[in-house]
Amino acid sequence: MSWSEKFNALKTIIIKEYLRFIRIWIQTVLPPAITTALYFVIFGNLIGSQIGDINGYKYMDYIVPGLILMAVITNSYGNVVSSFYSAKFQKSVEELLVSPTPNYLILIGYVAGGVARGIIVGIVVTLVAMYFSDIQVHSYAVSLLVFTLTATLFSIAGFINAIYANSFDDISIIPTFVLTPLTYLGGIFYSIEMLPDFWQTLSLANPILYMISSFRYGMIGTSDTDITTAIMIIIGFTVVFFAYAMHLLNKGIGIRQ
Amino acid sequence: MYALEIKDLKKTYNNGTEALKGVNLKVQEGDFFALLGSNGAGKSTTIGIVSGLVNKSAGCVKIFDFDYDTHQAQAKSCIGLVPQEFNFNQFERVIEILVNQGGYYGIPRAQAYKRAETYLKQLELWDKRDDMARELSGGMKRRLMIARALIHEPKLLILDEPTAGVDIEIRRTMWDFLTKINKQGTTIILTTHYLEEAESLCKNIAIIDHGLTIEDTSMKALLSQLNTETFILYLQSPINETHNLNSEDLSPFDIHMLDENTLEISIHEKMQFNHLFELLTEKGINVISMRNKTNRLEQLFICLVDKNRNNPDLVETLQQTSQTENLDG
Repeated sequence: MSWSEKFNALKTIIIKEYLRFIRIWIQTVLPPAITTALYFVIFGNLIGSQIGDINGYKYMDYIVPGLILMAVITNSYGNVVSSFYSAKFQKSVEELLVSPTPNYLILIGYVAGGVARGIIVGIVVTLVAMYFSDIQVHSYAVSLLVFTLTATLFSIAGFINAIYANSFDDISIIPTFVLTPLTYLGGIFYSIEMLPDFWQTLSLANPILYMISSFRYGMIGTSDTDITTAIMIIIGFTVVFFAYAMHLLNKGIGIRQ
Repeated sequence: MYALEIKDLKKTYNNGTEALKGVNLKVQEGDFFALLGSNGAGKSTTIGIVSGLVNKSAGCVKIFDFDYDTHQAQAKSCIGLVPQEFNFNQFERVIEILVNQGGYYGIPRAQAYKRAETYLKQLELWDKRDDMARELSGGMKRRLMIARALIHEPKLLILDEPTAGVDIEIRRTMWDFLTKINKQGTTIILTTHYLEEAESLCKNIAIIDHGLTIEDTSMKALLSQLNTETFILYLQSPINETHNLNSEDLSPFDIHMLDENTLEISIHEKMQFNHLFELLTEKGINVISMRNKTNRLEQLFICLVDKNRNNPDLVETLQQTSQTENLDG
């Protein structure tokens, strides 16, 4: 395939993926906005007003970055895992497998679809957050970098999950039993400095902590971890996951007999 | 140049099933080629490997001289696949399925849309372009898969049982369409269980059984192997014992009375119909119509597969013969 043909192939996958989730926006974009609004009302306004400041920031402002990133993580992951698994389930993935589209473009196309949903949901949730809080972005560069890297990483993770999945149960196990606990324990609602030493150290093994912390630094200027280390960790995971997803695609695991 | 060349293709699935034990095939450019075999013979596995849906265990596949192992993208660009099962997103619109498929082959969206219009019109689906795929009837879904396989204008079209479950009218429309694109230069490989379909459409044929090629020759050469044919004769008036069907002059013909108005007669290729009819006329038996008892290819197919299963040694002989024929050809 020439470069222009490869570009057309990639564009096709991205458009298809974008239209897929936009067409069903009531299922894909609206729910995170409602869920986040409820978090702000309950944890921010009702409970948060009883908690007081954390690291010198109002509790409502402190939880905003974590809630935005949680929506991004859940939606990027969910978009790719459900879309690619559906393609496997309906066998429509064969449309791509018989074509000359290289495997890396298939992966990039699906990941771009996940990132696109992450960005749109992130924007919607940020607009909701702006209604409840008064955030002045500390660093647009760090915020956008962490936001995009996190969406990319979890889109790739969703792709890997979809490759291994053999049933619809398999695509909900990881989000329910791994992703959600790690996200909640990644410091959305609290600073790890509030934890006892043992749990503080254990929390450092949770990669999502670094994402939430660095995004919080970009949004409001405070973090539980070193920003450079956090970004390096996210990039490292992204590279490893991408390489692993490519290995699975090239071997045809889960998609070729 | 061969449109498809397969050498010693083997496939063992992870569960240990040996689906292909050494398939050899050569399909000439421009051919209309039938690939026959019983269920589980290895046809779909062969097609899966050629189209990139199944990983081979061993062997070599070349498509228009592009080695699949070293020039996979070029090889794939030459192939259009119509699989046995529906494999499109049921929740996508018909036009989207075609335009997206064009995109996967690098075709710009505007051009893919124009081509989609052409093929949907030819296959009488243009009115359904904005319908969801799941809303189409079975026959329409089959035609949609043909249109999708043609969107990148492949040089080799592979159809895996394209007319399964399709009514006779649509089947004939599909036959006409396939004949037309074959005449325009597209090489076609067809697998089917309707042997009448293979006999009327295809110029060359291969039969696969238990993962081995047991026949690979021209349709004409294969049918010439059939030295005895069985016919059903419908008579003008009822017959009885006085007509003496067991007489010596009729003994070269294997005659069975199915009922008083119907005879079943097996005729060797060296015997003449004229002679048979003369004898019947002499006995006062008038034939008003006749038909083949079974399709000729069906008769041969059953015979070859039975021979292969009852005499495994024959496989090797047949393969050697067909390879020699290919070399000669």
